[in-house]
Amino acid sequence: MRSAPVGVEKVSLYNQYTIQNMAYTEEELKKELETKEYEYGFYTDIESDTFPKGLSEEVVIALSKKKEEPEWMTLWRLEAYKGWKEMTEPEWANIHYQKPDFQDISYYSAPNKKPKYESLDEVDPELLDTFKKLGISLDEQKKLAGVAVDIVMDSVSVATTFKKTLAEKGIIFCSISEAIKEHPELVKKYIGSVIPKKDNFYAALNSAVFSDGSFCYIPKGVRCPMELSTYFRINQAGTGQFERTLVIADKGSYVSYLEGCTAPSRDENQLHAAVVELIALDDAEIKYSTVQNWFPGNKEGKGGVYNFVTKRGLCERNAKISWTQVETGSAITWKYPSCILKGDNSIGEFYSIAVTNNFQQADTGTKMIHLGKNTRSTIISKGISAGKSQNSYRGLVQVNSRADNARNFSQCDSLLMGNDCGAHTFPYIEAKNKSAQIEHEATTSKIGEDQIFYCNQRGIDTEKAIALIVNGFSKEVLNKLPMEFAVEAQKLLEISLEGSVG
Amino acid sequence: MLKIKDLHASVEGKEILTGVNLEVKPGEVHAIMGPNGSGKSTLASVIAGNEDFEITKGTILFEGEDLDEVSPEERAHKGIFLSFQYPVEIPGVSVTNFMKTAINESRKARGQEDMPANQMLKLIREKSELLDIDRKFLSRSLNEGFSGGEKKRNEIFQMAMLEPKMAILDETDSGLDIDALRIVANGVNKLKSKDNAVILITHYQRLLEYIIPDFVHVIHDGKIVKSGTKELALELEEKGYDWLKKEPVA
Ligand SMILES: Nc1ncnc2c1ncn2[C@@H]1O[C@H](COP(=O)(O)OP(=O)(O)OP(=O)(O)O)[C@@H](O)[C@H]1O
Ligand SMILES: [Mg+2]
Repeated sequence: MRSAPVGVEKVSLYNQYTIQNMAYTEEELKKELETKEYEYGFYTDIESDTFPKGLSEEVVIALSKKKEEPEWMTLWRLEAYKGWKEMTEPEWANIHYQKPDFQDISYYSAPNKKPKYESLDEVDPELLDTFKKLGISLDEQKKLAGVAVDIVMDSVSVATTFKKTLAEKGIIFCSISEAIKEHPELVKKYIGSVIPKKDNFYAALNSAVFSDGSFCYIPKGVRCPMELSTYFRINQAGTGQFERTLVIADKGSYVSYLEGCTAPSRDENQLHAAVVELIALDDAEIKYSTVQNWFPGNKEGKGGVYNFVTKRGLCERNAKISWTQVETGSAITWKYPSCILKGDNSIGEFYSIAVTNNFQQADTGTKMIHLGKNTRSTIISKGISAGKSQNSYRGLVQVNSRADNARNFSQCDSLLMGNDCGAHTFPYIEAKNKSAQIEHEATTSKIGEDQIFYCNQRGIDTEKAIALIVNGFSKEVLNKLPMEFAVEAQKLLEISLEGSVG
Repeated sequence: MLKIKDLHASVEGKEILTGVNLEVKPGEVHAIMGPNGSGKSTLASVIAGNEDFEITKGTILFEGEDLDEVSPEERAHKGIFLSFQYPVEIPGVSVTNFMKTAINESRKARGQEDMPANQMLKLIREKSELLDIDRKFLSRSLNEGFSGGEKKRNEIFQMAMLEPKMAILDETDSGLDIDALRIVANGVNKLKSKDNAVILITHYQRLLEYIIPDFVHVIHDGKIVKSGTKELALELEEKGYDWLKKEPVA
């Protein structure tokens, strides 16, 4: 298909983006902040231009155009879109929800003021204020040497710091839109190489309409001197988020990447279908940590983010990928960060804490695909369920016939609070090689009244006691997080279990 | 300091304490003895505010205040400490972290700031030396995999850290070897003052050789059936409880 101007006339339609003046008064904002239900529930009123709702080939083309993408990218998106149209949304035994209407979503929304900031002074004060509320003031971040922040807000990067230091080492850390323009050879080679554009329903949708995201490339033999971090926020009512992240660690390199998110509380469901692809070439190591705190819905189970994410990493020879995640948010989470252990001696790790409260549903886990010889994987999953929530772990360990001496260790622990919640563990093991060693351990425990009384007796109230017990339960995973992230994660655990004792 | 009047408590409809009267003054050491299942631990739990037990009659006054409406943590803040007969395990929470939380929560309740880290360290060093506790021990998960004796010693370490006004030690001596018993008893004696009080629940006269009680009480079927001085403990050691069970209560 040539770049026949399908829908070029129609593009003009999208020039009528209305600058939405959100009807959000000071009073309402205050009210929302007062209700402690969702601590980070506030709204940033940055003028934005937004596509009308709906999805079609024209929308995909318009989006690509708006982003000034090269033709190959537009075609790639269109192929994904065609694939997606043929697919049906999957069903899961353990998750129940109202399926999103994909024609009722706007597929593009960008902050209006979009200069490249040289310093923080130039950044929209309202945005800075937002970060202050989140407790991540950029000022502090800057001082916290070792953290470069690429903020993805409403799908478009608005600030990038520490770029210089990184550039000196040849490290590329930018938005994926920028990478498509500046480093097309890298993007073209690797995008969709780990997660094919028609991999699954949500990945296909993302491939067609991804708005923005982060791109990172670490050159051969380079150790990235700082933690790279991105804060995601979903910021516009009715705007689906389709982030795309691509991390490439070239031979013998190392990078630690942090992803954290919070979202304002909304009364309507927000869909999030991100794709994260990691590529660790020979002898490289990628550590990918996530703290996720999207609005889980209120006490009655209304509202909240639908989080359908595809995350997968590919390990070449002697490479290592670790996924560490703390999931406290979303109404529905469907997420399986996976590792394809293609190269001999490669290592995959998955450390996860998933908290569900009230009516939240989480179906998370991992897939470890052992293809190379002497490949090793470790899975530590900690599920905490409270209220009427359902928390499922689903893990697949697959050992290919050629993967001699593959080893896996899995440990899945569940902690229940109260009698109305559920924890489910579904380990799937497929071993096609007799030399495989696979170990699986699972425990389920309940916070005991005697534990709480013991804490009470020492002067610790019940709320704090639960936080303490939960933190203890999650320790093995918390310990895997970079320091400053671990502190934040602990706070999140506390916030998300607040009021869960009855 | 502590005044218990005609205390009745039950669990699941079964009455366990059937009219306990007890008065403890500052500076005193009271020992409570009695056969298995007579209600000693129940009494300790009820004083500490365990809500599993329902108080059906009677009152507990602590420094003149009725504890009826006071939560367990508030009782702790007021200076009531219970060394548990069966300390519970809290996986993943280190002894140090647990103590830090406990101390700071009590300080918060009193309107004080968190204890500065260096002061906390100093306190930990001092108290762990007092009880001859290896510092490595303090980084382990609370009570998880601790031996019986280690658990008990750790309870007394916590007591030393929190410096309560009134400590109830529920069979803290059970499971301690002879050296540990001496160390723990020594620790308790060092922490004793004219302003605080200790209630020792024990089955053995041996502990009372180290920590000399001012009074010894015997509980049977949920009430105190005999009180005396330390000689009573010796008599019990010799004769057992049978003679008391048969003796009608005065
Ligand atoms: N939660 C409970 N539910 C039912 N019965 C209980 C409960 N707690 C205590 N009891 C009963 O109350 C009685 C007194 O128990 P308690 O633990 O106070 O005895 P004790 O004097 O401390 O005994 P020991 O010397 O063996 O420690 C026992 O018969 C016990 O079974
Ligand atoms: Mg007892």
